[in-house]
This record gives sequence, structure tokens and C-alpha cells, in this order.
Amino acid sequence: MLRYVIRRLLYAVLVLWLVSTLVFVFLHLSPTSVERTIGGPRASTETLEQIRRNLGLDKPVLVQYFSWLGHLLKGDLGQSYLNGTSVASIIANRLPTTLWLVAGAGVIWFIGGVASGVYSATHPRSGADRIITGTVLIGLSLPSFVMALVLLYVFSTKLGELGVHYFEAGPPLQEHFFQRMILPWIGLAFLMVATYTRLTRGSMLDVLGEDYIRTARSKGISERRVIYRHGLRSALTPVVTQFGIDIGALIGSTIVIERVFGLQGVGQLVYQSINLGDTPVIIGVTLMVTLFVVVANLIVDIGYSFLDPRVRLA
Amino acid sequence: MSSLSELEPEIVPTDVAERRVRGRSPLQLAWARFRDDKVALTFLVILVLIVVFAVLAPLWASWTDHPYSATFPKTGLDVNGQPVGPSKDFWLGADQLGRDVLVRAAYGARISLLVGIAAAAVASIVGVLVGTLAGYVGGWTDGFLARVMDITLALPYLLIAITLAVTFQVQSVAGSLTMTIAVIAFFSFAATGRIIRGQVMSIKQKEFIEAARSLGAGRGRIMIVDVLPNLVAQITVLASLLIPTSIVFESTLSFLGVGVRPPMPSWGAMLGEGSEVFQTAWWLLVVPAVLLLLTTLSFNLLGDAIRDAMDPRADRQSGGK
Repeated sequence: MLRYVIRRLLYAVLVLWLVSTLVFVFLHLSPTSVERTIGGPRASTETLEQIRRNLGLDKPVLVQYFSWLGHLLKGDLGQSYLNGTSVASIIANRLPTTLWLVAGAGVIWFIGGVASGVYSATHPRSGADRIITGTVLIGLSLPSFVMALVLLYVFSTKLGELGVHYFEAGPPLQEHFFQRMILPWIGLAFLMVATYTRLTRGSMLDVLGEDYIRTARSKGISERRVIYRHGLRSALTPVVTQFGIDIGALIGSTIVIERVFGLQGVGQLVYQSINLGDTPVIIGVTLMVTLFVVVANLIVDIGYSFLDPRVRLA
Repeated sequence: MSSLSELEPEIVPTDVAERRVRGRSPLQLAWARFRDDKVALTFLVILVLIVVFAVLAPLWASWTDHPYSATFPKTGLDVNGQPVGPSKDFWLGADQLGRDVLVRAAYGARISLLVGIAAAAVASIVGVLVGTLAGYVGGWTDGFLARVMDITLALPYLLIAITLAVTFQVQSVAGSLTMTIAVIAFFSFAATGRIIRGQVMSIKQKEFIEAARSLGAGRGRIMIVDVLPNLVAQITVLASLLIPTSIVFESTLSFLGVGVRPPMPSWGAMLGEGSEVFQTAWWLLVVPAVLLLLTTLSFNLLGDAIRDAMDPRADRQSGGK
């Protein structure tokens, strides 16, 4: 068991290193010149050269790479090119918004997906089942930004209370928290509810076909108890596994939702940084997002291997 | 379903054994099942209409005399500079620069279909190659390829896709198209590859592979002649479901401004550029959104229908749609 955990940990470190190196290389091939952003369009060649020297960009790429890697090993993500603030503090500033966004959406999609999946599986071929499976297909087909735009359109004209002004940058997150977050939550969760309904429905149908369910029924237990105590419990295992993976992966996919609703989270931060050429921030966010994914996968894998000993052999 | 009975293998009583049993290929059987699926057929028709709409894009442009990148500030915008709605001149309205939404939507359809199909094709080919190689050869090759696929799936794809698109800033329309297709294919091949790898590993254990090997067939020959034909159904289904995800991916990239370059219209870019004026110009939201939804929905439904039709064991009573 310990060996398995150690192997997984080493693998996680390898992935982190690979991803950050990859992004580092990409960004150094990029023609977007940050000195132009800082100096402005009228800056002279000397000024641009001076900015490059100050940022250490005149050194060979390999020197830059190892100096960056050395800092990273000490836990230092470096400073933003644009204003010299430490990348860690910039991210820490933006992270709560994104985490709240993902957490709230996670609650909605998990409860929504499991509830409609179970209903659909226990009432096969009913009218509601057809409506649910139809909606699921729409959810799977609609890009999340389109859903978000539709929500924004419908609610900001029809409901003044939830109007667009709430979504503009500025007021701290706590102000009108629920009014501001509810639409982004739904926008982010919609696709996932569809995925989870499908997953739960399939898993539930499989489990309900098992022998022990028939045994439970033949013992005369109420149908409700059979479905929720005996069926749902084991049907949820693959769903929870997937949830662990998705919630980590979703941190990186909030860019679109944050842009549509003007939330100042990590997604917006990285989008703005990419367009400005602020390399340290981009790499910092990429590392953080990958860390979330890798840690989520790790927890799921290790947790799973405790539950199911066969996994360890694979 | 009445027609299901005709699909059952006919049990021929011995006394009428002379009556010829018509042999049907798996493809014919699949088509027979597909034909019964009314929903899938409806969406096949919708998809054909969208393809026609896309193919005839230059025709709409010449009929309305509105080239896709031309702006018409005099006729397309009202006195306040707001885009005009659907009218005799602009059937589906004009956008914020006074361009014809109908014409742009038709050219956008070309982009969506082209990118969706091309990216799905590239991703499927690479995925099948990598998956087959990893699954059949095994050992170090498998260890390496499987890890590569794992890592690709763990990448924050949207973030890296944007970084890539900005890094290799291609200004030409053709260049950005190629770039978008490459980025989408790169992030999609692993899912296919992983499934194919698993399938190949199980096929590899079958007796007929052993028979081929004992007859002296080489690795390459076995992979192409013996293994791949058994995966055709699976690959078809995977590829057809990759098309809608690729279309969604492309529209998201274009929405963020890092997909296909302007002035070439794309549904995602139309939604992104128009989002400022949705409150007054609903058609800028509705037209591309509905087209996008119809296209991806059709591909998804068709993919599901193909899977049901091609899988002889598919339980049509409880599974699928």
C-alpha cells in the first residue's frame, strides 16, 4: 500500500514538473512581448532593452529556466512582470472567487445529477424519464458559455434585481453573494448535471439488476429502502469517483463562466495575463490548476484502492 | 416495435429448408435498426439542412449582396448606431458592425463543421494508432504511451489551449484554422486512445490472434488485418461523438477570441462579439446559439443512434436515449 502511494506521489510530481516546463517553453516561444505592454507603444528601443534587463529576460532561456525552477523548489512562484507583486499573493487574492464558484456549482450538479439520475432509473420509460434524458442531451450539447449567455440575457432583462450591474467588477465578493453567484453556479453546473444524470442513471440501472437487490426485495423490504439503502449506496461509488476528478479539473474551466459574468477569479486572471504576456502569473496559475487536478486524482485513486484492492495490482 | 421481430434470426423449419434465408451484412442490420429510430432520422434531416445551409453560404451572400466581412453602416445600423433586426434586407438581422447575420451564420456553419469533422478525424486516427500500438505491443511502449495519454487527460486543457493559441499567434485565417484543429485534436486523442488500448488488450488474448501468429503473421499484419477490423464499430461511434465535442471546443476558443481569426465568422466568435448588445439585439444571441445547439445535438443523437444500431447486444428497452 505504501509503495503504491509513493509511486502515485512521484508520478504527481512528474506531471507537475512536465506541465510547468511545457508552459515555460511555450511562453518563451511566444511573440507577445511584455516589455511592449509595460513600456507602451511609444517606448524607445533602449527603454525596451532596459525593461528586459530588469526582468532578467536578456539572459539565455536555460539560465532563466533554472533560476525559475530553483525558486519554485523553494516555493517561490516569482513576481508579476507588470507590477512586481508576488504571483502567490495575486493568486491567493483571486482564488476564493473561483473556489466558491466551483464549490457552489459542485453542490448543484452533484445533488441535481444524482436526484434526476435516480428518478430516471427507477421510473424507466415514464414521461419524466423522457424529459430528463432529453434535457440531458441538450445539456451535453450546449457549450457552457452559451448557457451562461442565455441565463445572463434572460435574467438581466426580466429580473432587475439580478441585473448585470451585480456582475461588474468592483464590489467585494461578500456583497450580494447569492444574487451574484447563483447564475454563474447554474451556468457552470448545467453541463455537469447532464453528465452526472447519465452516469447515475447508468450505474443505478446496473446495480438494480444485481442479485442482491432481488434478494432484498424478496425479503419484503419496502421498495424505498431497497432503492436508497441497498441500491443507491453501491451505485454512488463510480459517481463519487468521477466527482473527485471533475471538481479538480473544473478549476481550470471556469475561464469562460468568469468572463461571461465578469467574476474576478483565477480564470479571468489567467486570461488577462495571457493577453498581456505576464509569464510568471500564467505559469503560476497553470501550476496551481494542475496541482488541483493531480491532487484530486490522487485522493480518488488512493481512496479507491482502499475500497477496491484490485486497483493496486493494476 | 413491430419491425424488431424481422431482425430476429429466422428459425427455419426443416420442411421449408429450401426457402432461402436472405443473408444480411452487419451494416445492413445496423441500417435497418437505425431506420426505426424516428428521433435520429429527424435529426439526420436537420443536420443535412445545416450542411446545405453551410455549403450554399456564397449563394446567400450573392443573393443578399452582403459579403460576410462587409459592413453596411447605412442599411445595417439604425440612426442610433444600433443593429437592425430581421427585415427584408437582413433576413436574420445585422450585427453590431452592420454585417449580415444570415450570411455570417452560414460561413460560421462551414467553420464549425470543418473544424468539428477535421479535428475529430485527426484525433480518432491518432487515438486509434496510439491505442492499438500501446495495447498490442505492450511493455515499455505501452508504459510510455499510456502515461502520455494519462498526462494529456490531466492537463488543464482550456488554459493550455489558450496559451498555445496566443503563443503561436497566427494571423491568417487558414493558419488559425489549422492551429485550432491541431489544438483540439491534441486534447481529444487520448480519450479515444485509452478506450482503444483497452479493447486491443482484450482482443489480443483471443484465440484467432494466436491462430494468426501461429500461421506466421507479423505484428503489423495482425494489428491491421486481425485487430482493427474488430474495432470498426467502436471507432465509428467514438469518432461520431468526438465531432460535437470538437465543435463545442472550437466555439469556446473562438468565443474567447483565440480560435479562428476574424474576419472569418464563427458561431463562437459571433456570440463573443455580439454579447455587448444582446439586450437590444436578441438575434445576435439566438441565431448562433440555436444553430450551435442544433448541430451538436444532431451529432450527439446520431452518435448514440449509431452506437445502438451497431451494437447487436444493445438493450433497446432500457439503455441509451
